[in-house]
Amino acid sequence: MNFIPVILWSDALVFLLLASSMAAVWYVRRHEHLMLPWQRVAQSRVAMVSLLVLSMFLLVGGLDTLHYRLALPDKNEGETVYSPEVLSVFDKLADPLRLHAEKTYSAPLAVTLYARESVTDAQGLTWRIYPRLQYGGAHLSNLSSREPDVIRRTATGALAGLSGGVLLVWVIALFQRGRKSAHSTAARQKAGRAVIVAFLFIAVLTGAVINLAAAYHVLGTDKVGQDVLYLSLKSIRTGLIIGTVTTLVTLPLALFLGVAAGYFRGWVDDVIQYVYTVLSSIPSVLLIAAAVLIMQVTIDKHPGWFDTSASRADLRLVCLCLILGVIRWTSLCRLLRGEALKLREMEYIQAAQSFGVSSLRILSRHIVPNVMHIILIALVMDFSELVLAEAVLSYVGVGVDSSMISFGTMINGARLEMAREPVVWWALAAAFGFMLVLVLAANLFADAVRDAFDPRLNRAEMSG
Amino acid sequence: MIAYLIRRLLYAVPILIGVNLLTFALFFVVNTPDDMARMQLGVKRVTAEAIEQWKRQHGYDKPLLVNMQAAGSEKLTDTIFWHKSASMFLLDFGFSDDGRSISGEISTRMGPSLAIALPTFVAGLVIYVSFALLMTLFRATALDMAGVALCVVLMSVSGLFYIIGGQFIVSKLWHLVPISGYGEGGFKFVALPVLIGVLSGIGSSSRWYRAIFLEETGRDYVRTARAKGLSELRVLFRHVLKNAMIPILTGVVVVIPQLFMGSLLTESFFGIPGLGSYTIDAINSQDFSVVRAMVFLGSLLYIAGLILTDISYTMVDPRVRLQ
Repeated sequence: MNFIPVILWSDALVFLLLASSMAAVWYVRRHEHLMLPWQRVAQSRVAMVSLLVLSMFLLVGGLDTLHYRLALPDKNEGETVYSPEVLSVFDKLADPLRLHAEKTYSAPLAVTLYARESVTDAQGLTWRIYPRLQYGGAHLSNLSSREPDVIRRTATGALAGLSGGVLLVWVIALFQRGRKSAHSTAARQKAGRAVIVAFLFIAVLTGAVINLAAAYHVLGTDKVGQDVLYLSLKSIRTGLIIGTVTTLVTLPLALFLGVAAGYFRGWVDDVIQYVYTVLSSIPSVLLIAAAVLIMQVTIDKHPGWFDTSASRADLRLVCLCLILGVIRWTSLCRLLRGEALKLREMEYIQAAQSFGVSSLRILSRHIVPNVMHIILIALVMDFSELVLAEAVLSYVGVGVDSSMISFGTMINGARLEMAREPVVWWALAAAFGFMLVLVLAANLFADAVRDAFDPRLNRAEMSG
Repeated sequence: MIAYLIRRLLYAVPILIGVNLLTFALFFVVNTPDDMARMQLGVKRVTAEAIEQWKRQHGYDKPLLVNMQAAGSEKLTDTIFWHKSASMFLLDFGFSDDGRSISGEISTRMGPSLAIALPTFVAGLVIYVSFALLMTLFRATALDMAGVALCVVLMSVSGLFYIIGGQFIVSKLWHLVPISGYGEGGFKFVALPVLIGVLSGIGSSSRWYRAIFLEETGRDYVRTARAKGLSELRVLFRHVLKNAMIPILTGVVVVIPQLFMGSLLTESFFGIPGLGSYTIDAINSQDFSVVRAMVFLGSLLYIAGLILTDISYTMVDPRVRLQ
């Protein structure tokens, strides 16, 4: 075997999250009344298209989560030695992007570097020229053939993407034809068509980008010559992890404490209220900063804990999620407490109490299922906030490790380049663009979920 | 009312004690003064004597909670906790690592912070509420849909983008105002940060206010008002806006005292010598005494905001009685 799989801490948490969400899906599918709101979500065109976009991001992030270390060619006394560099399946797929590093900045689709350099020719004369890139457009013999080549590559790539997409849709449609579901309404078919159109659009875009990326730097290169497209795609995983793993911390804290405070009242309520008022009264950036600085000191003091630099950066990411989670549970907790206060006065709970049902059972059978919609809405809403917060925290200097590729570190590295002449805009534009698409899709999906689950909304009004 | 306020003020004391203990635990127990000294001195110059000297200079050479060597009440008072943490209740924040008085810095830096934060807050509130009212007036039409879509897009854009993009377009391309700085003739320095501050909040806030207004328009009194033959505008301004005040105030009044703290991002990008940039500098230079002071000040202002919120309820809604 010439590689060894590596499971970083964040990978393990992602797998845990994946397993629990799969269990949740399985549970929901077996219960008709739980399926109802999701069927409402499935009727919304916007929601389904955003879900498609989100799942594209999840796919990239997922591939980037399967980590491994390659074996080095020379063995140490018969024992295989593994490279200290931790790679992922995504890195392997994006090998040309990852390895084709230039010297420094180059604009998107450029064939020359961004800055002039002094070059000495055979006669000993020195010229100030824009040197050719090592990889970007290296197959072109003269510069004027760049535009036709770019157009040709875009067209063939788009065509290939389109035919691949159509083929995939056709195969899926073949499988679907056998089992016509009973829920197939007109709204749902409309949503299905929108998803297909969006999917074909994504396929065309992906095909064109892949074909171009084989020969050019589609989004240019950054200061040390790394491909910006590669950096942007790698940032997705960091953003997704911050947005999802944090909920692993928030959820149990908010659920147990919030429901307990609302249901038991008395001193339990007082203590829990006290804790969350104290926590929420501290400005959250400062609390995060303090906790992150302290974590940094601890990590610096124990270099022996980590065998690779990736595992150190990864632990920092996990700790950041932990800190964010511990700080952010208070608002959800307050919501759940209010709801539990309301629910405990309901007749069916009072009936259960008078039958002598134990508190634990009332909580798990009657209260928790009835606050699930609040939790779900809060979680999907939190996701986009967390993705945006990561960039700000990295700017303040208390975000992810500076060696970890993320939207925040990309923006941080590129923001001073806006002062250059001509402007180096592509790294910033790529980071902000990818973030916008991810957050916008998440927000739109969250809205649809909220509309479908919020019992206060009038259904008759919404169906229009 | 007075009795209620006194009770609320007394209730604030345990919360502040909690904040104080939490910061003490974070900064002195988890992260000992030895670690602080090591970080400040850098890895190369660390020797046992250097650490001791740094701790003596900054007053960290005492025991944490109980001083067994001292006599009488000094057992408790001649400690790090008493000097560095408990003293914050008297608003005595001590000195930063570069030897300046933190209280002095806070009082000189509050002005610039407020000069940015207050106009942003007022202009923002007016614009967000008007925009939300406009969307409510045209609810369920294409105009409303477009407004909501715009809000979702605006709130999906990173706050950093507004600042970087705004500086680039307004200052670098159009040369309208200086990119950053603060000084005499403040308007030209204040205009851009305020504009960007208002713009970056428009998406989420307007949508939130719209939701509040829409919930009010579904109520019975609105139907009654319409049945009386009032115009839609009159219904919105005289009835809906007034009744929506309570949920709006809940979110708005609590941040008023915190305007003093300024905004971290805006101030550091625009080079405004306020409390926000003070905080960010302290975080970057890992000056824990400043961070502790700002944490305490922040929670003090937050609690003041909570009390102000309660008072504002009685002012807009005569049914609310504080007791």
